Amino acid sequence: MNILDFFYKRKVSSEYAKDRLKLLLVSDRANCSPDVMEQIKNDIIDVISRYMEIDTAGLDIQITNTQSPNGDESVPALFANIPIKDIRSKTIK
Amino acid sequence: MCEVIVVTSGKGGVGKTTTSANVGTGLALLRKRVVLIDTDIGLRNLDVVMGLENRIVYNLVDVIEGTCRYRQALIKDKNTPNLFLLPSAQTKDKSAVSPEQMRKLVDELREEFDYVILDCPAGIEQGFQNAIAAADRAVVVTTPEVSAIRDADRIIGLLESNNISRIDLVVNRIRMDMVNRGEMMSIDDVVEILAIDLIGAIPDDENIVISTNQGQPLVGDQSLAGQAYMNICKRITGETIDFLDLNDTGFLKKLSKLFKK
Repeated sequence: MNILDFFYKRKVSSEYAKDRLKLLLVSDRANCSPDVMEQIKNDIIDVISRYMEIDTAGLDIQITNTQSPNGDESVPALFANIPIKDIRSKTIK
Repeated sequence: MCEVIVVTSGKGGVGKTTTSANVGTGLALLRKRVVLIDTDIGLRNLDVVMGLENRIVYNLVDVIEGTCRYRQALIKDKNTPNLFLLPSAQTKDKSAVSPEQMRKLVDELREEFDYVILDCPAGIEQGFQNAIAAADRAVVVTTPEVSAIRDADRIIGLLESNNISRIDLVVNRIRMDMVNRGEMMSIDDVVEILAIDLIGAIPDDENIVISTNQGQPLVGDQSLAGQAYMNICKRITGETIDFLDLNDTGFLKKLSKLFKK
């Protein structure tokens, strides 16, 4: 038991359960298996690489919940974090 | 008018059979004519939970195959009038019945009963397909655990794509002491995640184990679980009932607990 635990309240396990489930169910409902996600990732790399040099190892995509535009409900969204190595390295052919 | 309700969960061991037995018995106590059907072919359980295992002559597969008429296979409950059980077969496998045959049998039963309760097997295979084929509405049972909730979500999707219009949720085995400590998801958490209507919440009550040991459903008695099940039955019939405060163990009970220790 760390003395810091006393001051910084740790996250209770039910919150972990809830957060994990929310993410899990979004991908379950979208019927996105890890295979499909990998395919989407590879396709994104293909397309973006035509225009600029990207860090393929650092690329991360995931389905998460986000607020809808009118802000009253959460909707699933596909987030892609694509680090760019050099934006001018490739010219459009 | 008859309503056919399937009790389902996806995951096994969350309380489908206990819920079926208690909801069926409770509706009969409310003076409805009720038939319980155990659709888990090969792994029958509802008969022992109801305490009727010694009275079985014919079973569901006998009726479907035409060995007997359904009236011969129905077992009258030992305590509650207007309550009947159609037991499952122990020796056959799931392929012995098709969804069409199930639908036809249930349509015959509609003439005679107010409620037909279908106790669904775990999983999403043939047995599940048979059970939901005949149903008008569904009661999805889950516990506040990640695996049970995930399966329940999948089941809800399948029920919706099978055009079951009314789907209600029962959250089973809640331990309020753990919820209060933040170590178990609350009823609200589960309802928020699954996004269907809550029809009842059952505390993790040792009386359930005792009642199953005795083969007598506890619905309607003074235990917290017994009250919670009776409230579910009343809500099924269309009554509006406030949800029980599962924290409320009462002063006397707390006192007796103190002395037990």
